[in-house]
Amino acid sequence: MDKRPSGNVISLQSVNKCYGNETVVHDINFKVQPGECIVLVGHNGAGKTTLMKLMLGLTRPNSGVVEVLGGNPASSAAVQQRTALGYLPESVAFYEAMSGREVLAFYAQLKGVSNHECEKLLELVGLAKASTRRVRTYSKGMRQRLGLAQAMLGGPQLLFLDEPTTGLDPLLRQQFYELIDTLHKEGATSIISSHALNEVEARASRFVIMKSGNMVASGTLDELYQLAALPVRFELSVTEGEASYVAERLGSEVNISHVNNQIINLSCFKEEKMSLIRHITSLGEVVQDLQIMPPRLDEVYSHFMSGDLS
Amino acid sequence: MKMMWILAFKELRDGLRNRWIAAAIILLGAMALALSLLGSAPTGSVRVSELDITVISLASLSVYLIPLIALMLSFDALVGEFERGTMMLLLTYPVTRWQVIMGKYLGHVLILFIAIFFGYGGALIILTVIGGGNTDGWQAYAMMMISSLMLGAIFIALGYLVSVLVKERATAAGTAIGLWLVFVVLYDLVLFGALLLDESQMIGQQLFSILMLISPTDSYRILNLSLFEGVSQAAGIAGLASEAGLSGILLISVMTLWMIIPLTATLMIFQKREL
Repeated sequence: MDKRPSGNVISLQSVNKCYGNETVVHDINFKVQPGECIVLVGHNGAGKTTLMKLMLGLTRPNSGVVEVLGGNPASSAAVQQRTALGYLPESVAFYEAMSGREVLAFYAQLKGVSNHECEKLLELVGLAKASTRRVRTYSKGMRQRLGLAQAMLGGPQLLFLDEPTTGLDPLLRQQFYELIDTLHKEGATSIISSHALNEVEARASRFVIMKSGNMVASGTLDELYQLAALPVRFELSVTEGEASYVAERLGSEVNISHVNNQIINLSCFKEEKMSLIRHITSLGEVVQDLQIMPPRLDEVYSHFMSGDLS
Repeated sequence: MKMMWILAFKELRDGLRNRWIAAAIILLGAMALALSLLGSAPTGSVRVSELDITVISLASLSVYLIPLIALMLSFDALVGEFERGTMMLLLTYPVTRWQVIMGKYLGHVLILFIAIFFGYGGALIILTVIGGGNTDGWQAYAMMMISSLMLGAIFIALGYLVSVLVKERATAAGTAIGLWLVFVVLYDLVLFGALLLDESQMIGQQLFSILMLISPTDSYRILNLSLFEGVSQAAGIAGLASEAGLSGILLISVMTLWMIIPLTATLMIFQKREL
């Protein structure tokens, strides 16, 4: 069943939030369409968690409008809509004296979810065996898994995940992303904050880069490359001994960063890319291999992080 | 309502699990038995029932103990969840903030109810069996149980108010102890001190009644010591309350207000609170 509502799932208009004199979130505007997977990136204290809390209705903005699923998330009318919501806080805390199963059953009751689904979720996150143990005895990874299980209760339509994969082993990370993918296929929308850029790179439909409470950039990976104007890198393998000859032939139009006997590294901007490729292929048999490496997300990220804000 | 019960049962289960309820039952039961068995000597020839005597001594001790138990139960209820971060997650679930407060309150009052019901109630049964089935004065004893629960509910509400106001658990614990001292010990001390020093009788009967009435612990005391004739005669204060114009209904109303006001304040502060 398609659970997508029409219009924006989330909409933030010139949202400001201060704690005391400190502005934690400054003039944020963005909209989220149904089915999107938004990844929030930014340094610690950039305002990612505050942004999530604003969208969850845990805090209210000092100015601006926050709308989630068509209403103000901090209003009492939004309470019923929280059934369709899943949240995994950063460093999640539970009732330590309860067992994992009891914790999950407690949250499931609040959401009106059956015990059967709890068991399935415990199985899914690999806590079935440890479910009768008290949460007090759980490791960091187990707590995180329990946190995931509670966020998944009731197959939420809108997921907020704050650093979801910290403390998870590689296999579980993969399972976790598969789970998110399944929910996405059913029409769920998710907001993920993450430092693990290489993990989220392939999954996000859009990125929002935060710096000191400001949204410095947002868009798809492609759009961000363009915005950042980062060069595309090439690696050429040529016939042994011909490296300097090839470098000389290409030298006039591109930036050659490294030359050895057989390998040449080049870089150019996106607009020059095709003409450079044509030039390289015109060199003939001397070029044995060509690899094109677009900028990676972490490069885009560090570009925006180092850039000065006006 | 369903949400409130879910939250209440969670508190109740916590209370059972950490032996809170068991400890409170044993404490209250043992106290009731000890006081009535040791304190039955003075009944002698005065022909008052043993239960009446027990009510007097038990009410005098409950006034110290019940608020202490209630505050210990409640000071951590909100600040603890803020500090650990569990409140944040809880509030992303489909529960309103007042449901959270009322659910927890219901749970904590239930814990106290169980402790008083089994502690004092159990002692009553043992006393009746020992006394050869003599149940004279059970009404006063039952009243004492009900008003003890009310007294506890008042101090749970006060504990919540402390819990929602302070930033740290340690501060909450300290403030709760301070609150206990003020309500249970200092208020009466100051009041009677003022009476002793008041040679020109500035504090008249009227004002004194009001000052007694506005303290929840004094209301509880007067309610238990003066409402039933047998008890008030044994306590030597027969007719005192009615002279002062303190009827049972008035006393119960005051105690109800002491429950509602701190709880409403807690709700209002919690509604505004940002996490």
